[in-house]
Amino acid sequence: MSAVRTFVDLLAGRRDPAALAPRDWDGVIGVARSEAMLATLAHSLADAGLPPAVATLFADQRAAAKVAQAQALWEAEMARRALAPTGIEFVLLKGAAYAAANMACSAGRQIGDLDILVLAHDIRRAENLLLKAGWEWVKSDPYDDAYYRQHMHELPPMIHKARDRMIDVHHTILPRTHRITPDALALVSDAVTSSAGFAVLNPADMACHCAAHMLADGDLQGGLRNLWDFHTMTRDFVAADPGFWGQLDGRASLHGLQSAVHRAARLSRDLYGAALPDGWDRQDPADTWFRRRLFARDDWGRVTDPLLEQAFYIRSHWLRMPPVMLAKHLWTKWRKR
Amino acid sequence: MTDRTYRAAPPGALRIEPLGELTAIFDRRSMQTHLVVSPMPEILDAMGADACNAAGLATRLAAAFDLDVAEDVKPILAERLSELAAMGLVERA
Amino acid sequence: MKNKLRIAVGPVQFRIGSDWAEPIAALARLYAGYPQDDTRPADATVRLFAARPWRRWLRPSVHIGGDFVVPDALPLPLSMGLLAAEMGMNLQIALGWRRHMLLHASAVAQGGRALIMSGESGSGKSTLAALLGEGDWRLMGDEFTLIDLFGGDTLAFPRAVSLKNEAIAEVAARVDPARLGPLLAATPKGDIRHLIPRADAIAAMHEPLRPALLLFPRFGGEVAVEPMGEGEAFVRLTEASTNYVALGEAGFAALTRLVRETPAFGISYPDSAAGIALVEQLWAEAAK
Repeated sequence: MSAVRTFVDLLAGRRDPAALAPRDWDGVIGVARSEAMLATLAHSLADAGLPPAVATLFADQRAAAKVAQAQALWEAEMARRALAPTGIEFVLLKGAAYAAANMACSAGRQIGDLDILVLAHDIRRAENLLLKAGWEWVKSDPYDDAYYRQHMHELPPMIHKARDRMIDVHHTILPRTHRITPDALALVSDAVTSSAGFAVLNPADMACHCAAHMLADGDLQGGLRNLWDFHTMTRDFVAADPGFWGQLDGRASLHGLQSAVHRAARLSRDLYGAALPDGWDRQDPADTWFRRRLFARDDWGRVTDPLLEQAFYIRSHWLRMPPVMLAKHLWTKWRKR
Repeated sequence: MTDRTYRAAPPGALRIEPLGELTAIFDRRSMQTHLVVSPMPEILDAMGADACNAAGLATRLAAAFDLDVAEDVKPILAERLSELAAMGLVERA
Repeated sequence: MKNKLRIAVGPVQFRIGSDWAEPIAALARLYAGYPQDDTRPADATVRLFAARPWRRWLRPSVHIGGDFVVPDALPLPLSMGLLAAEMGMNLQIALGWRRHMLLHASAVAQGGRALIMSGESGSGKSTLAALLGEGDWRLMGDEFTLIDLFGGDTLAFPRAVSLKNEAIAEVAARVDPARLGPLLAATPKGDIRHLIPRADAIAAMHEPLRPALLLFPRFGGEVAVEPMGEGEAFVRLTEASTNYVALGEAGFAALTRLVRETPAFGISYPDSAAGIALVEQLWAEAAK
């Protein structure tokens, strides 16, 4: 069995880690690292019987993830200190939001940049306040900058000059050029307060954003992690509120994200064993390609199907941009390689 | 410059270790290490639990070190407080 | 990958895979005397690979990857594959290791206690450690030194010593040629030749030792010794550590303890002989 399938089976709880041969761990750890999920695996196997070397490595990973998460949440706190005094409210997105809400998927989860969502009419003021509080533009070329400002759903990335951490300020969750336009106002006005005091999307919107980020926006880079987020959050939301799937359907159709959300649910069933209700529990032949892309890693953590990877890259741009613009964009990018 | 009021970090948030002429401060919230020199440790110490501005701080430091409050000390303390706020060690109240 | 090897250096088990046989064969020769445990899962993975399949044969150039990849890192020609492998191992440890505080420093031991030397490349810390390691000292590492986060002990990381430029002739004159790797001339880091540490250094690599002295050498200029305060040593070691920030309070506590308990000096020296004399003199006082 391939390492990536073993890895997914371990997360899904379908496989007993004690039954792995010592050398099977090389591939599992390699895949987990390349998916940025080693600490996630370390958390989900925290009480399992493991070879001593693996147990020690996993303990290292859990300790380091705890530090990294505190550092990531501190960025949210510093953004709050910069924006709150003038009354700009923001909603945490993705990893920082999961950590602030103490969700299951946040255990060991790597958090990269801080992603926040503000109302579109606040974005210029937010930009100015962040610049005053020590964030600065990441130097980029004029093409990228203009591209962000005209077509994207966020400001060009900023980095804090003392802490060296990036912030992405969004005003909606998909690029302006995307054929789907989620209701950004509803996302912000229906946000909820997390246990750590920060605003986060309400459960249904959070699942919508997770699916959008993975399937409608991204090229499935980091897909196993995003799918793990989606799987564990929907599982826990349903456990807390049996009506969750219905609410999710409603919000998904409000944002135009029904097909992405349904596909994410089917993929979490296929990979992580999610139980789906009627109306969700279907088969779609196109899912095969997504599963193949998600499983395309070898025992050394390498992507095994570069053509498929490239196809998903083009697909993700196809979704985000009208075709003529896409051609122009890819041409400009590829010439620079 | 307006004399802004700041709040110190909650108790237990900071681990302060004097290292000769420098003081190393570990902030358990941010996981950051700050290396500071006098009067930063003294300022943090004098701030205590309640909110305080440069004028109030000058009074407390004067009492603690048995000094007179000189007028020109306040802008300097206000400057130091804003530096501590930039490090996240104190927060605008 | 087709060509592969497992190597244990100090507490780290590496798995190295390569698109070519040559770098693996060269590594296998350098690390033949290290303990082998083929059933132990790897802590770190290094990959040496061709960016395009045909580049395995056509002007072969070696890209360095693994658990962590540096984007836009320039590849090396296959003739420098051994250097690529060593750089790959260093890279994975520098970016991925979390069990100990990792200092960019060399270390040697005597009488059950450790001397740590931290400095930029060009400070001579590697050469001093290599030369001391051929004398009455046990080499602990020429590039990285590990500090136990809870006990504060020093742990060895005795990879093959990477001798550079003038140091090659200086050391080669004193050791059995069988302990030297091939000469890698005119690499991006200058001429390089690896030295296999003495068998006793490899045999003792798992033994933790109390640090007794911290030195910050600087090559060039008159002989000079300057005592260093705890604060400055702390700052310099945070800069010399690749994982200090990632360790949180455990790293802060370990480093505070290290600089408080260990006397530290900045030293300048014009040549290796003067450097060694200085080290021996300071050690005699510190280890009393």
